[in-house]
Amino acid sequence: MDSVFLIKSLIILGIFALSLGIAAYETYFERVIAAFIQDRVGPDRAGPFGLLQPLADAGKLFFKEDFIPTLADKWLFILGPSLAMLTALMTSAVIPFGDSILYDGHEILVQGIEVNIGILWVFGVVSLGVYGILIGGWASNNKYSLYGAIRAASQNISYELAMGLSIIAVLMMSGSLSLRTIVEEQHGMNWNVFYQPLGFIIFLTCSFAECNRTPFDLPESENELVAGYHTEYGSMKLGLFLFSEYVNMFISSAVIATLFFGGFNYPGMDWVYSALTSKMGEVTGHNLATLVGTLVFFGKIAFFIFVYMWVRWTLPRFRYDQLMDLGWKGLIPLAVVNMIITAAAELSNQPLLVNWIGLGVFIALLYAGSALMKSKKTSV
Amino acid sequence: MQLTNRSKKTDKTPLTLAEKSYLPGIAKGMGITLKHFFSKKATIRYPEQTRYLGPIFRGHHILKRDEEGRERCTACGLCAVACPAEAISMVAAEREKGEEHLYREEKYAAAYEVNMLRCIFCGLCEEACPKEAVYLRHDKFVPVFTSRDQVIYGKDQLVEDMDDRYERDAWTKEEMQKLWEQQKPVNY
Repeated sequence: MDSVFLIKSLIILGIFALSLGIAAYETYFERVIAAFIQDRVGPDRAGPFGLLQPLADAGKLFFKEDFIPTLADKWLFILGPSLAMLTALMTSAVIPFGDSILYDGHEILVQGIEVNIGILWVFGVVSLGVYGILIGGWASNNKYSLYGAIRAASQNISYELAMGLSIIAVLMMSGSLSLRTIVEEQHGMNWNVFYQPLGFIIFLTCSFAECNRTPFDLPESENELVAGYHTEYGSMKLGLFLFSEYVNMFISSAVIATLFFGGFNYPGMDWVYSALTSKMGEVTGHNLATLVGTLVFFGKIAFFIFVYMWVRWTLPRFRYDQLMDLGWKGLIPLAVVNMIITAAAELSNQPLLVNWIGLGVFIALLYAGSALMKSKKTSV
Repeated sequence: MQLTNRSKKTDKTPLTLAEKSYLPGIAKGMGITLKHFFSKKATIRYPEQTRYLGPIFRGHHILKRDEEGRERCTACGLCAVACPAEAISMVAAEREKGEEHLYREEKYAAAYEVNMLRCIFCGLCEEACPKEAVYLRHDKFVPVFTSRDQVIYGKDQLVEDMDDRYERDAWTKEEMQKLWEQQKPVNY
């Protein structure tokens, strides 16, 4: 039992270290990708290819003056970034990063904790995440910070609704809240994205909004609100705010990969598994297959992180009313429609076919409706 | 009144359904950024890489010698007069017997100083010089200085080294024109 505990602790420590390490290198890749998209080369001075840049950035942030404004609420001011960082790191606990490790006759899951409310936990913690921003912005005692904080709060509330509705469709398909069950349901290229293209688009859009990334970066819109909620922050407190954004990006990429892209499943998985177990023996083969699955999962995460950055350097920021329009008048009705289509598809015996037919019918109806509206307008 | 026919009329037709969903526009935009992601980078990594600045770039001053290694400068002072920043000062001296291999003319500059804090690198000294003695190098910058006593450049820093003569790709206007025409257009 001792060694099982040790391995589990190692896995948890590994997940923790990985989410921090990946977040640190996201800052580097953000800059490199931004540069590449703008025909530049990006940071290349610190170490080979500038790979030590995150270290240099962190060192710089640590050595800057840790400033707290006189009229700020001191403890809340400190609590803000701490809460943001805490909630960002808590979510990775339930994400299944791989299948399982066989050791000493025990099966140890490559996951922080396997709980039957996995996705609910993610949601609960993510919606707590906005408190970090809200508290930080309010405690700064600065109009712009408060603006940013209020924007963050209203934006997160608006988009969490559509996000939750789009997930309900996924949950209807898997019949479980556990992320591991959802992943196992998608075994054999039964990825949810094929069943739920609309749900995927809604979820992706909402996760952009939840992470406060462009085109939804209104809370810190630097050319309107100085720097939004972190205007008064400096040193590592600012670092924690920015860092938590990157951790959130990593986690939401992981959640997208888990919910819609089959988690650690990949095509030809069973073949690899049988080949490895027959060659290397039951235990080693199983563990190696798990490793391959984990690597594939991280590949998917990396792809979605790239998509995040790609979108950031493509799309301009929404105006505030456009943001609200898209959330309330666009995504929530669409998510409801998606839910109805999925429900119908689940009742029929052909979920894939019915999902696509439903989507096609919905789009056709939309077109017919808009054509009708147009002809009415022109006749008047 | 219409001045050119380049102006485009604003399209005020209502958005179609596909346009309203933003998705085709987003896909198109992301295609453009992805194309740039893989395109050639315009960056020149400066201290390691430099780019050719052209034959007429105005950099470090040089006092040319002639083919026999004699200083061309005759300390006429025209450069100092032409200088809008009053950066040049000199002390003239008469050539002694036995110094013919050092100075081309009978009068020479015993001291020739350029104050690099004053110099604006306009190149008027080069234009004013009747003896083709003073030039601004196209291939060398004046290095960064950190204190004021490094600012005034004397003859030791200005006179041409015969082992490392300064050659320009084009000395005259006509040569320059030819060079220009050979240059390939560069897109930055």
